Amino acid sequence: MAKVTIDGVEMEVPDGTTILNAARSVGGDIVPPAMCYYSKLEGSGGKCRTCLVKVSQGSTNDPRPMPKLVPSCRTTVMDGMVVENITSPEVLEARKGVVEFLLINHPLDCPICDQAGECDLQNLGYKHGAAATRYEEERRTYKKIDIGDKIKLHMDRCILCYRCTYVADQVADGDRCHGIINRGDHAEISTYIEKAIDSDFSGNMIDVCPVGALTDKTARFGSRVWFTKPMDAHRDCDNPKCSGKVVVWQKGEDILRVTGRKDAYHEVDEFICNTCRFEKKKASDWVIEGPRHINNKSVISANHYEHLKDIKEDVEKYQRQVASNINKA
Amino acid sequence: MGRKLLLEHINVPGIETLEVYRKMGGYSAAEKAIKTMQPDDITEEVKKSGLRGRGGAGFPAGMKWSFIDKKSEKPRYLVCNADESEPGTFKDRYLMEKIPHSLIEGMLVSSFALGAKTSYIYIRGEYFYVLRILEKAIEEAYAAGLLGKNIFGTDYSLDVHVQIGAGAYICGEETALLESLEGKRGNPRMKPPFPAISGLYASPTVVNNVETIAAVPHIINITGDEYAKIGVGRSTGTKLISASGHINKPGTYEIELGLTVEEFIYSDEYCGGIKGGRKIKAMIAGGSSVPILPAHLITKTANGEDRLMTYESLSDGGFVSGTMLGSGGFVIMDETACIVRHTWTLARFYHHESCGQCSPCREGTGWMEKVLHRIEHGHGSMKDIDLLVDIAKKIEGNTICPLGDASAWPIASAIRHFREEFEYHILHPEKVKDPKHFAHEPFVSSKLENV
Ligand SMILES: Cc1cc2nc3c(=O)[nH]c(=O)nc-3n(C[C@H](O)[C@H](O)[C@H](O)COP(=O)(O)O)c2cc1C
Ligand code: SF4
Ligand code: SF4
Ligand code: FES
Repeated sequence: MAKVTIDGVEMEVPDGTTILNAARSVGGDIVPPAMCYYSKLEGSGGKCRTCLVKVSQGSTNDPRPMPKLVPSCRTTVMDGMVVENITSPEVLEARKGVVEFLLINHPLDCPICDQAGECDLQNLGYKHGAAATRYEEERRTYKKIDIGDKIKLHMDRCILCYRCTYVADQVADGDRCHGIINRGDHAEISTYIEKAIDSDFSGNMIDVCPVGALTDKTARFGSRVWFTKPMDAHRDCDNPKCSGKVVVWQKGEDILRVTGRKDAYHEVDEFICNTCRFEKKKASDWVIEGPRHINNKSVISANHYEHLKDIKEDVEKYQRQVASNINKA
Repeated sequence: MGRKLLLEHINVPGIETLEVYRKMGGYSAAEKAIKTMQPDDITEEVKKSGLRGRGGAGFPAGMKWSFIDKKSEKPRYLVCNADESEPGTFKDRYLMEKIPHSLIEGMLVSSFALGAKTSYIYIRGEYFYVLRILEKAIEEAYAAGLLGKNIFGTDYSLDVHVQIGAGAYICGEETALLESLEGKRGNPRMKPPFPAISGLYASPTVVNNVETIAAVPHIINITGDEYAKIGVGRSTGTKLISASGHINKPGTYEIELGLTVEEFIYSDEYCGGIKGGRKIKAMIAGGSSVPILPAHLITKTANGEDRLMTYESLSDGGFVSGTMLGSGGFVIMDETACIVRHTWTLARFYHHESCGQCSPCREGTGWMEKVLHRIEHGHGSMKDIDLLVDIAKKIEGNTICPLGDASAWPIASAIRHFREEFEYHILHPEKVKDPKHFAHEPFVSSKLENV
């Protein structure tokens, strides 16, 4: 076991735990945001750099600070390590930079994007971004692509987190044909020459995608997510690898969309098969268990989510700040 | 005349052949090492020599070798980094093209020291003709029993393969190189683990630059102690410098580390002075990634000492007034050069070469290029200059591999030392319309006038 301190909070975690997972074991504000790491996908993480933290003491044995900020999702803890996340201005500054980088070429088409309301980039932007852009150049654009007949790829929105490529490799079996072509900011997700991915589990790409780059064609433009009711549901799925445990997103009695069950960090508990996701859209297909408790804090999705109280407090705090600034001025 | 090791026999006709190479004493170091020395003794000699990696970072070679995981059951590999894609650097090519056996002998001695039975040379895609030269030399070496089974009649056997890249700068970064060598997309890996623990095919691996490996036989020949006597302080031995730009004699030179920058630029043995007797404006000492220095910091450091061609002296003053020896790509610019145009060109290169894995480098390199393009073409505004500084700051140190830093440093240093030139472009858009603007009307900033 290793004792770690993150933002002044002490915790003990098994050796080999990453800083990010140590923070998640406690939860709350000390958890760095993660846009590319996905605990269920091997090799993920390290790329987006939103989870950078400062290690101000390496370990009890070697207390020297680490010279650079480190990605908390790929850095393992040492006994006696001291980590600064939101208590470090340097971290916040770097994170703000990362958010800006992720947004400069983003189309900002939230008003017509299906992911709006449950988008990690949106949430990240609200929490850590700046209100205005400094980017005056043309944004890059791509053509929309079909990945198979059920998934739409909107490359303009992609943040190249690589999660979907890991799903293609590790969850959806079949020929490896989904990956990344080209380099740098001209890199793009591709199913070699738009070859359709046909695997029973390809739909999980949609769930792991942190943004609206991969969307469900059977549900696209169906409804804003905050107008739908998330309900836990299950069915007796005959695919041995699928638990049949899902969330159905309902409007009235209609099921508009089926997804995996996501936790506080927007990771699904279990991957689900394409039949459950794309083909079972009648209420009679499912045993509805009851309302889904969504505990991911999101500004847009406030109507439906449990953190309403927190958000209200945040807003009030902000209002007080503004008021006191005005009074000072 | 400085002492020559690597290029001593460069002008001997036929030195590219095994026959002439051996006549000049070639492969005697390999024979001595394999027949009479223990692998660890060789590593010890290399440690004593103080030889530092010649690929850019200057990490002590002997120390790197001693990190290799000896407890692992897996095979060990030596991988030679011949990707040489840093703009301004062309020394490895010269060595491989002219004296290919010096690299192969180096591979032999180094592989023996590391206990590697298979070794690779990863060469950049554009060096196709050099690949042919190396393959021919390797064939000769196999035919003479210098590679393959039971070398020099001992039980040591070694295979050396050359693998050609597809022309990506990022594949020179050692872990991207290993990915590419394994047949994958050339994305740098997250470290740790370092290659010495888990490198090629997840086995213990050492990656060294061509020049580093080629120096090893010379160390065996003259001993590590003797090698360490050349040079100054922790900058020991000789170093190949690729000199280009506005100088009278561009080319690849072997220098003793510790030579003054002044002598290197102005003596007829090396660069032979500035072209046309014009005023010097800037120096890039170690390849495009290192900070650019203005005239008044080239031959003297900020505190007035002679600037030497050593790792330490070039970096004297940190990034405020110093730079780095890097890979030895030495570029001189005179008063007719436009620093903004030059910086934009480099930004274009890094934008094109970023692998795109991490957000700051992927997005930041493109952004910086676009802003610099605007400034250079007379469409910039004053706030763009500080914007560039800020973007560079947000990339630096926050990426997976050093390409991010390498894209930020040239821009940050160009603005640090040549801000007036950037301002001039913004204030006089009509004057910079002609792409050769400063060629006709040299621009020298007020700071430079006093040099
Ligand atoms: C973007 C990038 C490009 C690089 N290109 C080269 C190269 O072309 N040749 C080289 O020897 N080292 C290159 N390096 C350095 C290598 O990663 C590595 O440090 C070097 O090969 C180690 O050899 P050395 O210790 O002998 O210098 C590059 C590094 C980076 C970050
Ligand atoms: S499409 Fe989505 S999951 Fe795939 S790399 Fe882009 S952002 Fe990540
Ligand atoms: S710094 Fe640039 S080149 Fe290096 S891994 Fe990140 S994106 Fe790729
Ligand atoms: S979550 Fe750690 S770098 Fe992306």
